[in-house]
Amino acid sequence: MSVFRFTQQAIDGTALRQELADLYCGGYASFEGWVRNHNEGHAVTRLSYEAFEPLGIKEGERIVAEAIARFGVTRALCVHRVGDLQLGDVAVWVGASAAHRDEAFKACRFIIDEVKHRVPIWKQEHYVNGTSGWVNCERCAADAHTHDHADHADHDHGHRHL
Amino acid sequence: MSAVLRGLVLSGGRSTRMQRDKALLDYAGQTQLERAVSLLQAVTDNVSVSVRPDQVDDPLRARFAQVVDGPDVQGPAAGILAAQQADPTAAWLVLACDLPMLDATTLAVLVAGRDPSRQATAFRSSHDGLPEPLCAIWEPASGPALLQFVAGGRNCPRKFLLQHDTLLLDQPNPEALDNVNTPDELRAARQGLDAAATRTLRVQYFALLRDQAGRAEESLSTTATTASELYTELAARHGFTLAEGSLKVAINTEFANWSQPLAAGDTVVFIPPVAGG
Repeated sequence: MSVFRFTQQAIDGTALRQELADLYCGGYASFEGWVRNHNEGHAVTRLSYEAFEPLGIKEGERIVAEAIARFGVTRALCVHRVGDLQLGDVAVWVGASAAHRDEAFKACRFIIDEVKHRVPIWKQEHYVNGTSGWVNCERCAADAHTHDHADHADHDHGHRHL
Repeated sequence: MSAVLRGLVLSGGRSTRMQRDKALLDYAGQTQLERAVSLLQAVTDNVSVSVRPDQVDDPLRARFAQVVDGPDVQGPAAGILAAQQADPTAAWLVLACDLPMLDATTLAVLVAGRDPSRQATAFRSSHDGLPEPLCAIWEPASGPALLQFVAGGRNCPRKFLLQHDTLLLDQPNPEALDNVNTPDELRAARQGLDAAATRTLRVQYFALLRDQAGRAEESLSTTATTASELYTELAARHGFTLAEGSLKVAINTEFANWSQPLAAGDTVVFIPPVAGG
């Protein structure tokens, strides 16, 4: 199984944790991203994720490989949901096991940060009033009409603002 | 009554400056020789390829009817003379094989403007005003005169046309007869032809771009040569609101540079700002 996967099904962290079990490892850390009921002042009722999966898997596998090389963790894994999600669902799961806790924590943090910025996944928020919006896209689209590219550097074009 | 018009592609050149056989050079998947033959087939009854004796068995040239140079003459005049001797009653539309810009219109204008009562019909070069002997119709009457000219120790077909009764026409497309003699000229010609060509691509849309395009994917024919040009074209067509600077692009499921040349059959995905996690 790939160390980076997309799934339409509910993520089961307990099952995924078993894939990282290793008697060499003294520490395991995991991170779960959950669907929350608000974003930037808007009440959110549900989310949809979609991904360009063939490239997303390649880029996700590169990120996990980078984390293993960089922090020396023994195993690492990331699974991301696609499709329609309800409030409280797990949207993304990251886990890492290592000889010591520090590497495991750092690898998890690195993987979730890089996945958010690099993997072609898009999030559509559905709001209480029945409207919806693509997170990060609508703001950029609005900015495209009022700023040139130099100004874009100001709001960090790696899209790290959320 | 005018003589029947036959076609002759000259392929016996030594290609010294190109350092490889010019007849075999290909543009958009077709060799120069094949392209010249097919252009001539559209306007003449019967096309032959002019070869040196040592080229008779060359696989590309062996596919066509051949006229083999005689032993004593050098250069393109040898090919023209050999054709005239093979069929003295025909007029020969003689074509160099190293004219990648040559178009069907140029040949159609030559054939339509032909005056069979002259010794030849040729284009006036758009560069120097001199006759272009290697995209010209050589009437039967020019045969004995060319033989005499060569017997006198001369072998430049351009000089022959200048000194004989030649009808000169203006080129409909000034670049059509530019020939390609060096690797640099070849590169420029290929780029020009590639740029003019359309290619069929598949584009997949995600997130906001899918909403705005009203479709998840499409197959389209475009003259865009890079992803950047393609996005400009599609943004205008579909009313995309995202600026190119806020997107990334993938070609065939790998991140790509915006200036990477597009090839026919590529799948292109424009990647709006991502929001995983």
